[in-house]
Amino acid sequence: MCTYITEKIAIEGSAKGASGWIKVTDGSIYLDHPVHAPFGHTLNIDFLAPALGPSGRVAVELSQDSARALVKAIQAVLDAAPAGLD
Amino acid sequence: MSDALHAETIKITSGNGDQIEAYSARSLDETPRGGVVVIHHLPGYDSQTKEIARTFAANGYNAVVPNLYWRQAPGASPDDAAATARAQGGIPDEQLVSDVAGAADYLKGLANSNGKVGTIGYCSGGRQSFLAAVSLPIDAAVDCYGAFVTGTLPEGFPLKVTTLVDRTPNLSCPLLGLFGNEDAHPSPAEVDELEAALQANGKAYEFHRYDNAGHAFFSVNRPAYRPEAANDGWERIFAFYGKHLAS
Repeated sequence: MCTYITEKIAIEGSAKGASGWIKVTDGSIYLDHPVHAPFGHTLNIDFLAPALGPSGRVAVELSQDSARALVKAIQAVLDAAPAGLD
Repeated sequence: MSDALHAETIKITSGNGDQIEAYSARSLDETPRGGVVVIHHLPGYDSQTKEIARTFAANGYNAVVPNLYWRQAPGASPDDAAATARAQGGIPDEQLVSDVAGAADYLKGLANSNGKVGTIGYCSGGRQSFLAAVSLPIDAAVDCYGAFVTGTLPEGFPLKVTTLVDRTPNLSCPLLGLFGNEDAHPSPAEVDELEAALQANGKAYEFHRYDNAGHAFFSVNRPAYRPEAANDGWERIFAFYGKHLAS
């Protein structure tokens, strides 16, 4: 099914896509049909630069297991980082 | 019957007057024939959907795929356009009906049209094929595993749609439904609900339900593809349109 389950967040940072690096300001995280990954449904993340229009997007499609592993890895790296870094 | 066809990207006029992009695949045979509006799935106006249109043209129909995301993302690649549309909660039902009306008018205006037009849609497009058929004068509608024609929308569902079963009395044409028994939306119970509504309203319909198939079993480029169900489904589609879109 087309779930449309989406979380949207504001983000600060950059992402590299087909046209090079772009400043991204928004993120969409959703579980739905992938375009390319070989699964029925994937955890998809769009890093977005809305000012650039629909092509201002860097996308990833991850299996649900991969996405859960990514969440743990990100949390572990952030927790291990010394306090006070900019 | 000639299998010669011409396929190209064109502009069509939506029912509300907007110019939108569409992909046309037309039979070059001059004998009058029916047309099919192909309604793309959530992942968008993609190469696989265009291939479906060419398949109809190679089998003697005129077909057109309106780019349902043209307004939200004109000129964008299909995946970027789909991401933009989904971030906005999908497209409004009114827009869909308007675009299918425009696509149907385009088909009826072709020199080799016999004046009959069918719709077919997959996934979200399955629901939209039913939506078009309860909103417009259509000659034959095909619903391929469209979710939320019946059933209950999950709490907090971000897509601004409603179920359509209450509009069954307005169904303007025979309905062919193709469903996978392993699908969660529409589940077999939700298909039962639609079948009961069609029966209660005296509507002509034909349902085929496939074991060992779930959602998106027609999608040749996805792991959900089930060739046995898809091959039988294509035969059912051509038999259905052959009956209801013939001159």
